[in-house]
Amino acid sequence: MTPHLPNPPKRLVVVGNGMVGQRFVEALRARDADRAWTITVLSEEPRRAYDRVALSSYFDGADAASLDLVADGCYSDDTCVLHLGESAASIDRAGHSVLTTTGRTLDYDALVLATGSYPFVPPVPGRDLPGCFVYRTLDDLDAIRAAAEHAAATTRGRRSGLVIGGGLLGLEAARALRLLGMSPHVVELAPRLMPLQVDEGGGALLRDMIEALDVTVHLGTSVARIEHGQARDSRRMLATLADGTELDLDLVVFSAGIRPQDGLARDAGLALGARGGIAVDDGCATSDPAIFAIGECACIGERVYGLVAPGYAMAEVLADRLLGGTASFTPADTSTKLKLMGVDVASFGDALAQTEGALEVTLSNPVDRTYAKLVVSDDAKILLGGVLVGDASKYAILRPLVGRPLPGDPVAMIAPSGGMPSMSLPPDAQVCACHGLTKASICGAIAEHGLTDVPGIKACTKAGTGCGSCVPLLKTLLAESGVAQSTALCEHFAQTRAELFDIVRRDRIATFTELISVHGHGRGCDICKPVVASILASLDLGHILDGEQSALQDTNDHFLANIQRNGTYSVVPRIAGGEVTPEKLIVLGEVARDFQLYTKITGGQRIDLFGARVEPLPAIWRRLVDAGFESGHAYGKALRTVKSCVGSTWCRYGVQDSVSLAIELELRYRGIRSPHKIKAGVSGCARECAEAQSKDIGVIATENGWNLYVGGNGGFRPRHADLLMKDIDTATLIRTIDRFIMFYIRTADRLQRTSVWVESLSRDGTDGLQYLTSVLVDDSLGIAAELDAAMATHVERYEDEWAAVLDDPERLRRFVSFVNAPGAPDPSIAFVSERNQPRPVLPLLGRGKALEVLA
Amino acid sequence: MTTTIHAPLEAIRSADWQPICAYADLTPERGCAALVGSLQIALFRTFDGSVFAISNQDPFTGAYVLSRGIVGTRNDVPTVASPLHKQVFNLATGACLDDAGVAVTTYPVRLSDGVVQVLAA
Ligand code: SRM
Ligand SMILES: Cc1cc2nc3c(=O)[nH]c(=O)nc-3n(C[C@H](O)[C@H](O)[C@H](O)COP(=O)(O)OP(=O)(O)OC[C@H]3O[C@@H](n4cnc5c(N)ncnc54)[C@H](O)[C@@H]3O)c2cc1C
Ligand code: SF4
Ligand code: FES
Repeated sequence: MTPHLPNPPKRLVVVGNGMVGQRFVEALRARDADRAWTITVLSEEPRRAYDRVALSSYFDGADAASLDLVADGCYSDDTCVLHLGESAASIDRAGHSVLTTTGRTLDYDALVLATGSYPFVPPVPGRDLPGCFVYRTLDDLDAIRAAAEHAAATTRGRRSGLVIGGGLLGLEAARALRLLGMSPHVVELAPRLMPLQVDEGGGALLRDMIEALDVTVHLGTSVARIEHGQARDSRRMLATLADGTELDLDLVVFSAGIRPQDGLARDAGLALGARGGIAVDDGCATSDPAIFAIGECACIGERVYGLVAPGYAMAEVLADRLLGGTASFTPADTSTKLKLMGVDVASFGDALAQTEGALEVTLSNPVDRTYAKLVVSDDAKILLGGVLVGDASKYAILRPLVGRPLPGDPVAMIAPSGGMPSMSLPPDAQVCACHGLTKASICGAIAEHGLTDVPGIKACTKAGTGCGSCVPLLKTLLAESGVAQSTALCEHFAQTRAELFDIVRRDRIATFTELISVHGHGRGCDICKPVVASILASLDLGHILDGEQSALQDTNDHFLANIQRNGTYSVVPRIAGGEVTPEKLIVLGEVARDFQLYTKITGGQRIDLFGARVEPLPAIWRRLVDAGFESGHAYGKALRTVKSCVGSTWCRYGVQDSVSLAIELELRYRGIRSPHKIKAGVSGCARECAEAQSKDIGVIATENGWNLYVGGNGGFRPRHADLLMKDIDTATLIRTIDRFIMFYIRTADRLQRTSVWVESLSRDGTDGLQYLTSVLVDDSLGIAAELDAAMATHVERYEDEWAAVLDDPERLRRFVSFVNAPGAPDPSIAFVSERNQPRPVLPLLGRGKALEVLA
Repeated sequence: MTTTIHAPLEAIRSADWQPICAYADLTPERGCAALVGSLQIALFRTFDGSVFAISNQDPFTGAYVLSRGIVGTRNDVPTVASPLHKQVFNLATGACLDDAGVAVTTYPVRLSDGVVQVLAA
């Protein structure tokens, strides 16, 4: 009897080590525990697979290593081998072998083509000139960067580049040129940008927003020719557009679309799709059953996909098939969210309303610069697709609803303030398109692994780790799964801010360490530390920069100044009530001039000086304090300003002296630390020039005294203040405001403005305002005396934080950029001049905004 | 108090340690920046006395500010939160805990005769 021998491993050859080829190899290795296949991968590029989707981050500071996609150990033994810089030259189908560009022959039992796409370069005269590039590989980007650097070294004034093609990739390339310090032009043949995704209305707005980024857009025209420039430096180029426009350029990037890389298959006589691409069935097999194609080179279901998610799905299907499985490919979602800095664009489903009988619902708001369109079925019942420009926050919730019944009135769904009707997605709705995860699979993971937050979901399922646009939905799924949205302040404290306030007040706890060791765990974070710092400061337990308290402060409180995007700080002295003497105004001007600070009048009636590094802050403040200024607490969660109108002293309508009252209030409450900032306003008559009703505390003069308003807010969610008391005298007014502020400090949540806090005070039957009246005026809780005393202590103990710092060498020690080079200024900080003032040059990076998730 | 040094052993044997400042100059639970050649390094002293060194550049904004973030812990891992948009980084590994795939460079750091030294090429 012959002994039973295991089958010898079969030979698999993979052509292409791009995103999909690599995913396929890893998927197969993960499932092929018995090593039924040995794998040989050919890679045309000189480096192993990298994240092409994130290619542009190469200009945002990412390096080639951080884009690497290959899992550790993938090519560590001889059953799985990768050959870099070696391409497949031809396929011998009869002989089951591949000839490579180094002259080797590789035999295969199965052959996988994962050759991706190549950039289409239209036949423009001059397209072969040295300054012309495409945008597909890291080598392409290196070449573009080198040309940009050459231009920077040789071109005076504006450097400029031309991107041919205004689609998704073209806009990405334009942004890359911006990051390289160039002023890009984009030429698009269609009458709008992103013609494949965005409709006309959205395109117009998109154009405005892109142009605001210093990109010049030319629509409805093409490039007629590209020539060497006339200038002496032969590397300059001149492009002439079909409409006659001439552009003087440093370089040209072609981004006019991609074509499937199907040449190998074509030469081998494999069937192709009608418009190119290697034709495959839903198991990824080509017309030769031993040859398969996946990714952008494949034409599946008569479509060629230019996105990575469908390619990953094909990779999984094929891995399953090669091990005897029966998985098959289902048509994929091609929704897109543009990850271009600062511009929110999303398109999903049938965005261009090509479905028979489709109806469009459009809302366009030129003032807010937002545009939204939903495409619905002819009976207005089913959502088919949509376009969002300017505000894509609803993308996450709308995309999974495509093809499903609308949960509400379509207009309400895209109306700016219109909250989404509460709706529950069906279990099979795709929530994370990047990783192909449905609601059911994510909710399953939440239940199975007891996940309680978004980072947990990300780590466990990968949902939310691609483009990030599904993160808001993940929060909804947590809530739907009954994960109690905890009231704990953060992972270190199970209490709310108000509870912690009571603990500190009751036990007179004076340090964070004492509080966290008895009532919390760990060592705190950027949420609880500033909260505790604020509580300690509200209770007057020491200077905010002393001892351990100093380590709790946010950078703003730590340097008593506001951090700006380039790491410099702004300086805002108090100008109580907006009243300032000419002498003091001159000092502000002199300080700004001498320290080269950008100077601007703020929305709060005072003057902000921007762009100070940390080391000159004490010298700046020495000058200001000597001239009689004090800290304006623009950096703190504290009283900001008490805005005033000119009032009865000058104004012909005024009935009370609004300026004097505003100054009195501002000096009384200055420096008080609170859950969020507090703003106040005093108007001299009902004309309300101080906009007091949009402030946390608003006072309006009447013939008989003052009307007191509370809970107003400008900002993100504007709210008119509510009238708390009418026609009161100044003493009653001040006493009531004292209590209002102190009660707010004791009971509000972290970062809760008074507007939201007042609303949160409504108790069965009584609204927040009635409850406040009972506490502050009728003393229903019996705490009025305590609140009054607490404010008296604050007023008595107030000292100017900046003056106190200048007098103390220990507190001054922190004002250096570098601990080992105290005199050295931070070399990363640089300015250019704009309208005769400094303006920061930002370091080349900036993915924060681009990746920011709309939550 | 013990000082834990976070550095691979092979690195500790090589030369090129740069003295930065006295250990006593580091404020507990706060960072400070150091200039090593043209590199900006953020040094942190945590509550238990350990010292960590990572790049000072915030990878999300490009600004050199990480040394000015709030130091703390997440699941007992020592962390700093960027002062600009509050993404949290693991001080020991440099990994961003709020955005998988983003990380900042870490540098070996040690204490020698009360002086903090880092190994930065
Ligand atoms: C400088 C100033 C803009 C200006 O050039 O005019 C400004 C600048 C900032 N505002 Fe403001 N706001 C300024 C007046 C306002 C106003 C108008 C006002 O006070 O009358 C509002 C709307 C009124 C209101 O607050 O209800 C305003 C609503 C906000 C908001 C939204 C608050 C909300 O409740 O939704 C924020 C964000 C926050 O605080 O979380 C904010 C935050 C900020 C921050 C602190 C953002 C930051 O963290 O970097 C800016 C830093 C200022 C700096 O570095 O000096 N700023 N901000 C104004 C300073 C006024 C002052 O003298 O202190
Ligand atoms: C700038 C940019 C931004 C993008 N943004 C997004 C996005 O936001 N979302 C999204 O879904 N997609 C995006 N894409 C598209 C995404 O990168 C592709 O869908 C994905 O890379 C396709 O993977 P693939 O493996 O099929 O092809 P590729 O990643 O192109 O890999 C194919 C590889 O095969 C090699 N090759 C070709 N012929 C041979 C041969 N004969 N022998 C050996 N090797 C060969 C090629 O050199 C290449 O390395 C973007 C692409 C670019 C360029
Ligand atoms: S609010 Fe009244 S007093 Fe004040 S400036 Fe306007 S009109 Fe004059
Ligand atoms: S949809 Fe892109 S990360 Fe989930």
